[in-house]
Amino acid sequence: MTRDSRLVTRDLVIVGGGPAGMAAAVAAHEAGVNDILLLERDQYLGGILNQCIHPGFGLQRFKANLTGPEYADRFIKKIEEIRDIEVSLRSFVVSLTKDKIITYLKPGKLEEIKAKALIMATGCRERTREMIHTAGTRPAGIYTAGLAQKMINIEGLLPGLEIVVIGSGDIGLIMARRLTLEGAKVKAVIELQKESRGLVRNVVLCLTDFSIPLYLHHRVARIYGRDRVEKVLVENLETHETFELACDTVLVSAGLIPENELLEMAGVSDVSKITSPDIFVCGNSYKIYDLADSVTRDSEKTGQAAAEYLRRS
Amino acid sequence: MKRKLTCIECPIGCQLEIDVEGGHIISLTGNKCEKGPAYARQEIAAPMRVLSSTVLARGLELKMVPVRTSRPIPKAKLLEAMTEIKKIRLDRPVKVGDIIAKAFLGLDADLIASREVSRA
Repeated sequence: MTRDSRLVTRDLVIVGGGPAGMAAAVAAHEAGVNDILLLERDQYLGGILNQCIHPGFGLQRFKANLTGPEYADRFIKKIEEIRDIEVSLRSFVVSLTKDKIITYLKPGKLEEIKAKALIMATGCRERTREMIHTAGTRPAGIYTAGLAQKMINIEGLLPGLEIVVIGSGDIGLIMARRLTLEGAKVKAVIELQKESRGLVRNVVLCLTDFSIPLYLHHRVARIYGRDRVEKVLVENLETHETFELACDTVLVSAGLIPENELLEMAGVSDVSKITSPDIFVCGNSYKIYDLADSVTRDSEKTGQAAAEYLRRS
Repeated sequence: MKRKLTCIECPIGCQLEIDVEGGHIISLTGNKCEKGPAYARQEIAAPMRVLSSTVLARGLELKMVPVRTSRPIPKAKLLEAMTEIKKIRLDRPVKVGDIIAKAFLGLDADLIASREVSRA
């Protein structure tokens, strides 16, 4: 007997229970798939939405202005009603083969299953300080914006008191406001490009509302500090003039990168050129989205496409 | 007096150009939908914002429970609202939309839970 034939086979396995995975699961079920396993590494469904406590979600999808957790809740409730979707929480996928054999860890167990069709909805990673090549020392107090968001909104910890944000991505803007509301002083947001990378709405709501300076076409040339961040050197890219900003914390909000380590393990090097008809990718692991609503819309199509594949096979 | 405003009603962020005289908008251009004029009128009179934050939980499965105001509140009250939010200790399970503080700060808005949380 081969290894494959001993394995339990599921019709559709979805890796990732964030907005993409949840939308794909519901849509696949509505399109007729009645055996779905949704794997989520956290102990809750919702993915990054759980830490995005700010409003602005659901305007397109639900014609309502919801926070991230509220937006997630609508899908979580729907999934709970569908018995054909088995949700496996605290389930961390450690390997994937090109035959769609999935190995995952869950508390006390190492499970191995085979999928007839597979949807990867593994989200993305934040670009780090190292990736944007910021010179200087390596003291404590340098965080990606999303990590700081998790510290404040989930763990209830304030990352610092005097903050400089590198990059004007939406998470950085949102965090500038959040930190200000929590009593920290956000000294500045420093953006390399000549315009903000974030939604213009977020510039108004998060910076203008709180008189936080946004330096466009500037860069943080160096981070100083021995044990803890002490200051940064900011350079005007037009004039090359520099000035210093004292701070104890630097947040990096310099973009997101699709997370596809598992697919790479299965031999896929480019998610836009997948040749297997039974492997699908959606959400931020396929491309970086501005809005969760758009992730939902596209991931539903992915769920339907997987259902269509299963119907034909 | 001519002013520029960025509409914040949706992610498009229309650039509105308005002409204000005596606190009234006499002309408005740049909006792609009907929300623009209403937003501009409110923004000129008294800017309003939805506030979201977290409250500290006691005996629940999460340490922090996300909350928001049920409707926009005056922008000028945001920091005062944060001071009140920090005083709250939530010790009962909540569902999305449950009221944490009714008529928050005496305003025409409640503070509501934005995530379901059960007991630890």
